[in-house]
Amino acid sequence: MTIKQISIFIENKSGTLLKVLNVLKEANIQIIASTISDTVEYGIYRIICDKPTEASNLLKQNGISSITNDVFAIELDDTPGQAATAIQNFSEAGINISYMYSFLVGCKGILIMRTNDTDKTQEIIKLKKMKTYDLA
Amino acid sequence: MDDKSPYLHPEFETLSREDIQKLQLQRLQATVKHCMNSPFYKKRFEECGLKPEDIKTLDDLRKIPFTTKQDLRDTYPFGIASVPLRQCVRLHSSSGTTGNPTVILHTQKDLDEWANQVARNLWMVGLRPDDVFQNSSGYGMFTGGLGFQYGAEKLGMLTVPAAAGNSLRQIKFIKDFGTTAIHAVPSYVTRLYEVMQEQGVDPRRDTKLKVLAIGAEPHSEEQRKRIENMMGVKAYNSFGMSEMCGPGVGFECKEQNGLHFWEDYYIVEIVDPETLEPVPEGEIGELVLTTLNREAMPLLRYRTRDLTRVLGHSCPCGRNHVRLDRMRGRSDDMMVLRGVNIFPIQIEKILMQFPELANNYLITLTTDEDNDNMTVEVELEDMFTDDYARLQRLNKDVTRALKDEILLTPHVKLVAKGTLPVSEGKAVRVVDKRKVYQ
Ligand SMILES: [Zn+2]
Repeated sequence: MTIKQISIFIENKSGTLLKVLNVLKEANIQIIASTISDTVEYGIYRIICDKPTEASNLLKQNGISSITNDVFAIELDDTPGQAATAIQNFSEAGINISYMYSFLVGCKGILIMRTNDTDKTQEIIKLKKMKTYDLA
Repeated sequence: MDDKSPYLHPEFETLSREDIQKLQLQRLQATVKHCMNSPFYKKRFEECGLKPEDIKTLDDLRKIPFTTKQDLRDTYPFGIASVPLRQCVRLHSSSGTTGNPTVILHTQKDLDEWANQVARNLWMVGLRPDDVFQNSSGYGMFTGGLGFQYGAEKLGMLTVPAAAGNSLRQIKFIKDFGTTAIHAVPSYVTRLYEVMQEQGVDPRRDTKLKVLAIGAEPHSEEQRKRIENMMGVKAYNSFGMSEMCGPGVGFECKEQNGLHFWEDYYIVEIVDPETLEPVPEGEIGELVLTTLNREAMPLLRYRTRDLTRVLGHSCPCGRNHVRLDRMRGRSDDMMVLRGVNIFPIQIEKILMQFPELANNYLITLTTDEDNDNMTVEVELEDMFTDDYARLQRLNKDVTRALKDEILLTPHVKLVAKGTLPVSEGKAVRVVDKRKVYQ
C-alpha cells in the first residue's frame, strides 16, 4: 500500500542537487519519480527509486542528510477524472494531504501522497477499494 | 559658563600635556589608595605584593594587574565596590547572558561627574542652554538614556527623554519642541530620516536640528557622512561604556578627527591584546582604561576589549586630551548590533535548545544601507522532517527564540548538515561583513 520515499534537504545553492544525483548514478540506482519543491532558501527533493535502502545509506555515507518515509502510492486508471475521484474520497473522510505528486508507469498514473492521518488513509483506501502501486 | 566660551571646563580641557600628567599621577595615587577599601583590590594588591605607595610615577601604573569583565562577574554584585553600599545611589547592570551580570555602582558624586563629562562633550560641539536636546536612546539599564539625560540637563538644555522608538512621535517632538540636538544610535537616525521622508518632513526645512550625537554601535566614516547628508547637520561620534560610567568617556570635537578621551577622568592605555604590552603609539590595540575620579567603583586598568589607536594629543580645538580613532572592532567575540551587545554564546545557547538543529552554526553580520543585519545559518540534525510546514515552523520558532534573547530579529537560515565551514577543528562562528571594519 505504501512505498519508500527519500527526502533530501537541498539548499538553493548550485551543485547540491547534482551531488545527490551523482551519488545515485554511481551506484546505478534508478530514479523512478522525483519532485522538488522550494522556498526561497531551501528545497526538499523527494525521490522514489528502485533501491531506497541502498540509496539512503549511500547518501548518508556521502554526508547528505535525508529521511525515508512511507508514502501512499495510488494507481489510477488511464481515464479522465480518476485523480479527482481519489482525492474526493480522502477529502470526504476529512483527511488532509500534505503533499502530492504523480508519475506514469506504462499507461498507469501513480499518485504519490502523504496525508496527515496514515491510519485513516489506509482505511479509506481499503474501504473504497482503491488500487495501490508497489515497486516490486 | 559664558555661552561664547568654547570650553565648559577650560581649567581641565585646556591643560597642557605636562599638567594633564601631573593631575593624572595625583589622581591615580588617590584612586589606588581608595581602592584599598575594595575587598577585591585589597586582595589583588596583596597577592602581587603591591602597595599603594609603590605607585610613584605614571609608569608605575603598569605594575597593577589588569581588571577584566570576568572580575566584575566573579565579584557580582558588590564585591569590587570601594565604598559601603549606603553611600551608593545608583546601580546599572548589564545582562547576564554570558554568566553573571555585571553591576556598576555610583555615588551621588559619581553621577555628578558623569553628567559633567557628558555636559562637557555637548558643550564642545556647540550646544548651549538655549538648545533643546532630544534623547532618542534606550533608557533603563542602558546608560545612554540616563547618561545623556543628566548630562544635557547639567549643561542647562531643555531635555526631552523621548527614548527609542515610536518614530512618528519623535518627529512630532522634534517639530513641536524645536529640538536642536538628538542623541541616538546611528541606525536609529537613519530610521528617523526614512519616516521623515514618508511624512514629507524635510529636516533642513522643517526642523531646527543642528547637532546629532551618535554612538553605542560601531559605524563607519561613510555611514556618518551619509547621516550628515540626510539630516543636514553634523553628527558627532560618542564613546561610552557602562563600566566607566556610560557615555561621556570620549567624544569628537568639531574637528571630527578622533574622539577626545578625558584624561582628567581616565588614564588611557593601548595594549597588544595577546602580550598585554603597550603597542607603539599610533598602532591598533586594545583600549585599557583606569578611572581617576570615581568613588563607588574605581576600576584599575580595565580591559575594554575595544580595539582602537591613538591619533594624536594636540588638536586645533585647543584640547590636548588624547584623540582616539573610532573603535575598530573587538578583541573578544562580542558583536555590537544596533546598540545591542551580543555574544555568539547567547545564540548558541538558544540553538542548542532545538533538538532538530545540529551544533554547527554561522553568524554573518552585514550592512544594508545603514542597518546592521544578522544572519544565523544553522545546520539541521540528520533526522529531519520532510514536512515543509514543520520546517517553516521550526524556522519561525528559532527566529522568535533568538529575538527574545538578543532583542533583534535575525534572519535564520536552515542548512543541511555538513555544509557550514569548519576550520582547524574550531568552527568559525562570526563573519563580520559590515562596512565599518573595512
Ligand atoms: Zn579637538
